[in-house]
Amino acid sequence: MCILSNKEQMLKDISIVDFILVEFALYLDTHPTDRNAMEYFNHYSRMKNQMVKEFSQKYFPLTKDLAESNKEWRWGAAPLPWEGACG
Amino acid sequence: MWNYEKRLQFPVNIKEPNAKLAQVIISQFGGPDGELAASMRYLSQRYSMPYKEVAGLLTDIGTEELAHLEMIGAIVHQLTRNLSMEEIEKSGFDKYYVDHTLGVWPQAAGGIPFNACEFQVKGDIITDLTEDMAAEQKARSTYDNILRLVKDPDVCDPIRFLREREIVHFQRFGEANREDCSKIPKARKAHKFSTFGRSLSIRTFAGHRHEPPYLLHTSK
Repeated sequence: MCILSNKEQMLKDISIVDFILVEFALYLDTHPTDRNAMEYFNHYSRMKNQMVKEFSQKYFPLTKDLAESNKEWRWGAAPLPWEGACG
Repeated sequence: MWNYEKRLQFPVNIKEPNAKLAQVIISQFGGPDGELAASMRYLSQRYSMPYKEVAGLLTDIGTEELAHLEMIGAIVHQLTRNLSMEEIEKSGFDKYYVDHTLGVWPQAAGGIPFNACEFQVKGDIITDLTEDMAAEQKARSTYDNILRLVKDPDVCDPIRFLREREIVHFQRFGEANREDCSKIPKARKAHKFSTFGRSLSIRTFAGHRHEPPYLLHTSK
């Protein structure tokens, strides 16, 4: 077993919340008037934004618009997702 | 346009390389029912999709397929990194290695290069959505076959995730294809031109009039 670091655990949590968003978005694409689903979507959307922001400040920018840099271009220095946590 | 998030949709952390397995799984990268074909199929079909709700679904699923393509690429990459020359020869990976070294190139398990003929854009809502539903099932079968060949849990977990997504996409395409879209409140009464019977009732959306191209000739 490779033990997940704090960073990887946080990344995993973001994946979980994002998965909820992906699922609700597809559901809402074909059920655009389901208010319950919209409430869930709104809730997790806020949660994900917060998590991504926090992660990007602490570790590396997940998206380009969060890559504000001073000394080093942070976007380019971020690890490559396909290398995995054990690589 | 697209935004990139520097992470995989589902984590891929493979410890044991296995070149034999990589040669099988690469089929979901560039094979007949792979993720490259899936994403290109849906993203290309959008332009002739008469309903913006369905075009939106094609965008969202097509985008998710790109994330799946990246996951399959990660699996193949992690299964083939740090291979010794002996392992490359023994596993039969040498035939791939001679052309691509350890790069990930879109091909089927049998070595056939990716081909746009793996998918269709017919420009007809019923035809395209029916193809999409079949495509999801074909991908699901391929993942079932892969799961019969895989023992390593590091590989099984992301493959199971991808298999599950095929089922959800099939469901959503089915809803788009059926009358479910008529539940969209903006849709008004069926248009009087109904080329292929009731299943293809042409609806006009308030403030957003879309007509499939074949109607442009018959209605004038």
